[in-house]
Amino acid sequence: MSKVIKILGTGCPKCKSMAGVVENVVSKNNINATIEKVEDIMEIMKFNVMTTPALVIDDVITIKGRVPSKDEVLTLLS
Amino acid sequence: MFNWIQNIADWLVYDVLNMEQGQHLAETLNFFIYDTTKILILLFVVIFLMGIVNSYFPIDKVKNYLSRNKLFGFEYLMASLFGVVTPFCSCSSVPLFIGFVRGGIPLGVTFSFLITSPLVNEVAIGLFVGLFGIKTTIIYVVSGVLLGTISGVILQKLKLEPYLTPWVKEVLATAQKDQDVFIAEKQTLKQRLPVIWEEVLKILKGIIPYVLIGIAIGGLMHGYIPEGFFEKYMDKDNLFAVPIATILAVPMYSNASGILPVVQVLVAKGIPIGTAIAFMMGVVGLSLPEAMLLKKVMTLKLIAIFFGVVTLCIIISGYIFNIVL
Repeated sequence: MSKVIKILGTGCPKCKSMAGVVENVVSKNNINATIEKVEDIMEIMKFNVMTTPALVIDDVITIKGRVPSKDEVLTLLS
Repeated sequence: MFNWIQNIADWLVYDVLNMEQGQHLAETLNFFIYDTTKILILLFVVIFLMGIVNSYFPIDKVKNYLSRNKLFGFEYLMASLFGVVTPFCSCSSVPLFIGFVRGGIPLGVTFSFLITSPLVNEVAIGLFVGLFGIKTTIIYVVSGVLLGTISGVILQKLKLEPYLTPWVKEVLATAQKDQDVFIAEKQTLKQRLPVIWEEVLKILKGIIPYVLIGIAIGGLMHGYIPEGFFEKYMDKDNLFAVPIATILAVPMYSNASGILPVVQVLVAKGIPIGTAIAFMMGVVGLSLPEAMLLKKVMTLKLIAIFFGVVTLCIIISGYIFNIVL
C-alpha cells in the first residue's frame, strides 16, 4: 500500500532539510510512498499546525516544528 | 566563576603560542578564546534549561491556555512570557499567527507573543549573561517582556482587525474557543530528556557558526579599535542616537547569536548600552524578511502600524536603558 507523505512548510531552511531527510529515507529503504510538498500557507493551515515544518503521513500529523532524524522518519514510515 | 577560562586562554596564547602580552594579535586571540569558551558553556546551559521548560509548555498548550482562560488584562503579559519560553523560527510566524487567531485569541495578545519571542529567548539570554553579566540580562529580559506586553496592548486598542487580509478575516469570523483538546503527554522528565538533548545539540550546531563569526568580528574590533572610539560620535547626550540606531536596525536581520558579540564590543568601546540594545532589538525583533512573510496575513497598512508601534517602544526602552544603566 502506498503511503502519502506531505511536508508542510513555506520554504524555510528547516522545511527543506526535512524534505531532504524524508526523501533520503524513502529512496534508501525502497518505501512505497509519494512525497508532496505543501507550500501554500492556506493549505498548510487546513492541517491546523502552528509550527513548520510538519510531517503528515496518510493525513496524520506526526511531527511538527522540528527536523526529525532519519531513524525517526523510518520508524514512522514502517 | 569564569577565571579558569581566562587562565586557559592566557596559557594558550602566552605560553603555548608564545605570543607577547599586549600585542594586538595576542590580545585579539586571547579575547576570542576566552569569549567563545565562556559563551558556549552558558549557551549550552540556558538552551538546555529552556528545552526542559519548552517540553512541558509546547506551543499548542500555550495557545489553548490563552484561548480558554479569562485573564483580565494579564493575557498580554502571559503571552509575552510564553514568548520567552517558546522558541519558533521566523518562518513559523504566519502559521502561528493564524493558529492564534483561529483559537479566538485577540490580535493584541497574539502580537505580544510575536514581539517578545524573537527578542527574548534562550539564545539571547545565554549570550547576554556571557557578555554583559546577570544584572544587565535581567533588565533586558524584563524590558523585553514589558515591550511585548505594552506593544500588544497598544495594538489591541487600535482595533486593527479590518486591516487583516480577507482570508484571515474569514478565519477570524469562524474562530472558536478551542476545538482540539490538547493531549497532555504524561512523560517523565527522564523519558523527555533524549528528545530535549537532541534538540539542544541541534540548536547549538545551528548557532555556533554565527556566534563564532560574531565573536571573531567582536574580537577584531576589540583589538584594533581604541577605547572610547565611538564616544566622539555617539555619546549619551546625543538625543538622536537611539532613534537613528533603531531605525537603521529595523530593515536588517540577524539572530541574537550573530549580533550580540558585536554589540558588546560597541558598548566596550563607548557606545551607550541603551543605544546598542535598541539597535540590537531592532535587528532581531523586526526585519524586512519578516514583513514580507507577514504580507500573507496583514495588509501593508497593518504591517506599517505594527512595525511603527514596536519601533517606538524600542526607542523608548533604549532611552530608559541609557538612563538606568
